[in-house]
Amino acid sequence: MMRLPWFEYRAPRSVAEAARILAGEGPGAMLVAGGTDLLPNMKRRHQSPSTLVALRGVDELKAVANGAGLQLGAGLTLTEVVDTPAVRERYTGLWQAAAQVATPHLRNMGTLGGNVCLDTRCTYYNQSYEWRKAIDFCLKKDGETCWVATASKRCVAVSSTDTAPALIALDAKARLASVGGTREIAIADLYRNDGIDFLARKPEELLSAILLPEANGWRSCYWKLRRRGSFDFPVLGVAAAAKLAADGTVEAARIALGAVASRPFLVPKAGEALVGRKLDDAAIGEVAGAVASRAKPMDNADMNLYWRKEVVSAFTTYALRELRGDDMRAERLRTARQALAA
Amino acid sequence: MSGADKKFDVVGKARRRVDGRGKVVGQLRFADDLVLPRMLHCKLLRSPHPHAVVESVDVSRAEGHPGVHLVLTGEAFPVPYGIMPVSLDEHPLARERVRYVGDPVAAVVAKDEQSATEAIELIAVRYRPLPTIASPEEALANPEARIHDYGEQGNIHRNQAYEFGDVEGALAASDLVFEDLFFYEGNTHLPMEQQASLASVEGDGKLLLQSSTQNPHYLHRQLARVLQMPASQIRVIATPNGGGFGGKCDPGNHEFVVCKAALVLGRPVKISLTREEVFYQHRGRHPVLMKFRTGVSKDGKLTAMHLQTLLDGGAYGSHGPASTFYTGVLTPVTYQLPRFKFEACRVFTNKPACGPKRGHGTPQPRFGQEVQLDKIADKLDLDPAELRLGMVTEPGSLTASWLRVGTTGLAACIRSVVERSDWKAKHRKLPLGRGVGLACSTYMCGAGVAIYWNKMPHSAVQLLLDRSGQVTVYSGATEIGQGSDDVLAGLIAEALGIDTDAVRCITGDTGITPIDLGSYSSRVTIMMGNAALQAAGRVRDQLAAAAAEALDTLPERVVFSQGRVFAVDDAGKAMSFVEAVALAEAKFGTLSAVGSYTPPKPPGKYKGAGVGPSPAYSFSACVVETEVDPATGWIHVPKIWIAHDIGRALNPVLAKGQVIGGVYMGLGEALMEEQAFRRLPPKLSDALVHRNPSMLDYKSLTALDMPEVDVTLIEDPDPNCPYGAKEVGQGPLLPVMPALANAVYDAVGVRVDEVPVTPDKVLRALERKAKGEAARVGPEAFPEVPYPSPTFVLPPWENGDGDELKGADGKPVRRERRVATA
Repeated sequence: MMRLPWFEYRAPRSVAEAARILAGEGPGAMLVAGGTDLLPNMKRRHQSPSTLVALRGVDELKAVANGAGLQLGAGLTLTEVVDTPAVRERYTGLWQAAAQVATPHLRNMGTLGGNVCLDTRCTYYNQSYEWRKAIDFCLKKDGETCWVATASKRCVAVSSTDTAPALIALDAKARLASVGGTREIAIADLYRNDGIDFLARKPEELLSAILLPEANGWRSCYWKLRRRGSFDFPVLGVAAAAKLAADGTVEAARIALGAVASRPFLVPKAGEALVGRKLDDAAIGEVAGAVASRAKPMDNADMNLYWRKEVVSAFTTYALRELRGDDMRAERLRTARQALAA
Repeated sequence: MSGADKKFDVVGKARRRVDGRGKVVGQLRFADDLVLPRMLHCKLLRSPHPHAVVESVDVSRAEGHPGVHLVLTGEAFPVPYGIMPVSLDEHPLARERVRYVGDPVAAVVAKDEQSATEAIELIAVRYRPLPTIASPEEALANPEARIHDYGEQGNIHRNQAYEFGDVEGALAASDLVFEDLFFYEGNTHLPMEQQASLASVEGDGKLLLQSSTQNPHYLHRQLARVLQMPASQIRVIATPNGGGFGGKCDPGNHEFVVCKAALVLGRPVKISLTREEVFYQHRGRHPVLMKFRTGVSKDGKLTAMHLQTLLDGGAYGSHGPASTFYTGVLTPVTYQLPRFKFEACRVFTNKPACGPKRGHGTPQPRFGQEVQLDKIADKLDLDPAELRLGMVTEPGSLTASWLRVGTTGLAACIRSVVERSDWKAKHRKLPLGRGVGLACSTYMCGAGVAIYWNKMPHSAVQLLLDRSGQVTVYSGATEIGQGSDDVLAGLIAEALGIDTDAVRCITGDTGITPIDLGSYSSRVTIMMGNAALQAAGRVRDQLAAAAAEALDTLPERVVFSQGRVFAVDDAGKAMSFVEAVALAEAKFGTLSAVGSYTPPKPPGKYKGAGVGPSPAYSFSACVVETEVDPATGWIHVPKIWIAHDIGRALNPVLAKGQVIGGVYMGLGEALMEEQAFRRLPPKLSDALVHRNPSMLDYKSLTALDMPEVDVTLIEDPDPNCPYGAKEVGQGPLLPVMPALANAVYDAVGVRVDEVPVTPDKVLRALERKAKGEAARVGPEAFPEVPYPSPTFVLPPWENGDGDELKGADGKPVRRERRVATA
């Protein structure tokens, strides 16, 4: 089997202790929660941290708190997120996103915080050390050239988190803790469009919780495109949230995309264009076209690149129709192989 | 041996397979589960270059690494090997040349895998890169750099060309001639179990290799060759395989390496391949480009076919010479085809070697043939099912190429899926976006000739009985998950009138079991089965003779059933099976019998007539239903109906499992599986790497993607087969891919003439259709291939006798001695 490199293993019992270790160890330390992303990457020598700071024993990262909105500990497994009734009932988009990450086994191990902080992916990067040696490595790790776009100075590895676009559409915040205290930033601001330096998190910070605002009449959904009904990372994620008046007029809306850039991002104009309108086919068609124009998939993930761009409009349409109240279960079963009706 | 009118106790009953319990409770020990005292671990260093000369290998630093016991390089292995005697082109570790990224160069044996992995990186290899050959087109265009110094010419490994009757003449006289190009992408076996091997020197000084292999006998011969040891000093045990599908048919580099290391060190040495290494070992489906020119009459009868194929063989020969044949030889078995010509060419490229995968060489032309038939039916405005029913081959007939079709249930298969799928109400009648497609296929029940030329049996079975009533059956046949042990136990139990519980199977061990050629070509049920029935018949005669004395009846009036032995006309005269064994042991001494099986001689006598003949052929028909989204091209398959002519189902639950497994694999190939490669921009890099060597990135269906499968087994016992049972391991995969492509056409009116059929291709074809262009995606051109002049043989109905020679004018002439007696 593939072997892990040597590392020191630390198991703090509190966020404060974890933050102290991070501060003391410096950039050589990495956080590990479920390990479903990091450990395979370490086997492939993408990361070789001298110290792993394990978060499994930190109970406060498992907290779920109701209040103004919902606070989810970053250490909750994705299965625990899916099984949280408040998520399913009030934050459907997050529920649908979490329920479609990887496989049941991986959701039992992988955490919400881990998915939010997921390493960017690329078919030239997510390979063994020996494979990467055969292409003389790449810009993201150990090499000089981006093989996806050989003229690019920037790594174009793709953001592959499912939960982040959903959280962006839901206007969620991330709480970051360090020895200096905690801060909260919008999830959208946690990301940079850079395949290498894709997180605005500082090395001494750890993501401790996700803060969801009060649902307050907002409805949301998440549509994931991938080849198979399980296992695969997204090659497109469309998250949409809207607040509708009693007559169906859109009062506010947010649409976010995942897996078409090095970061998940909001498409502000799309949400704004819906305000004051009803979600009729004409409005949906217009907005879907506008959203599609923002998607810039690269040839570094599964499935044909041009096709992935071509279907952004269709998937945005599915999402907005679901927000409108259409019964989309048959379409979900055809594409996602799961009904995912909240 | 058909036993068509026999009443069965065991055969035909749905039983739990004999190895089921061990698998479910986790007791079965796969090769990677084996641990021996003082065992060492091995890792291979693999080439990072697709094509290079190995100038030097410096192992000194690795040898000095803590925990390292041995470092081996190509110097340790001067003798080449290969599964086929005509392609002995591999060395366990590269000697002068590496030919693909992943080609093994050196091996480290250390106290643990971690140390071996560390030491691998300390080996310094100096390579001199050579130009990379990435595709068949490049291989044809560039005779240099030559990947091997043998073969037809340049980078062409093998050519085959046969013409059965004057095909051009027949095409010219046809009402219509259809010309179509198809491409079938390569894909791999993806067995759940990654290969592992454990070599040790036993107490008697002999070498023992326990390995995940489908063919312990062929491996045994190759080990003797490469290690230059007498075969009698080597024992190969095929451990229970967690799937094979053809991927464990070739001897693997790693198997020779651990054997050599165990011999040098005198300690057990184990290797377990990573998933990525399994993708490099490969030997999977050849990518094949195909051109079909098929003549038809207006009423939907075939007149002639000219088939050309071009195979991307990868870096080594493997089973390639056979694979090349198989892209043509089974084509005429399903439908009446008066004249047939096929030309096949396999080239070398700098990629992992292709070889046999479930259906070996035949799924590719079957895809083309069945999609083309759909086009023919469309053009002639005939129902595709009726078109096929109007031309299925007759039982017992010969094909133009001199293959003997034995029993055939193809028509019954077609009628079954047509009825069960409600085909007549659906085909060309469903709304836009929904469709059904139909396709058929055939497969061999065992190759008629062995991989190496010999006149000995293909399978042998030995039975040993004693007074305890236990029946031990020894067979070289190899359990790869297909259920060969269950078939063996079931046949013996049926023949001796006992429960499978009373039978112990010892299989796949060259040290103690009689030879069986291996688990390939769907040969085990038929060949092992016939051998087992012969052995059982012999021992049964002894039991009957002894029992008859005690029962005061005649031996031929003794009946064996449900653990009892009794007189046929007086049930009061009875004893238990155990008592009968004791009487026979007293009368005859120790009870043992052997049985063996050699397939019948092929009817064709021309050179090359040995590839394709089989004691029997299975047949399948399949209907796939699709929902295709015209806006995205997304393909959803709600249901599949399949009927398989199995002759007789020995264990129906196992047989249905095999059918569904074949459909699963076929649908994965149809929709997504690709052994694809990345060529980096040649100006910047020579690299040619496997695109997706992992279980995540190599896409095969998950449980959620698998539709409901409606399985019908058509039972028409074949007299050449044990109790009439034909194969089921490979055939049911074959019709799935063309049926899917035909269903996509029925749904949205576009042709994807290549596998896999993916949503982007559907959408591209729809866009072309919308623009008024040909509503098709697929290969556009077939390159110039220097096929040789074909061997010309007359079909049986043109007064050929299967032994013509080609005259100076290219026309056939009889061999003189035959003319003299004609």
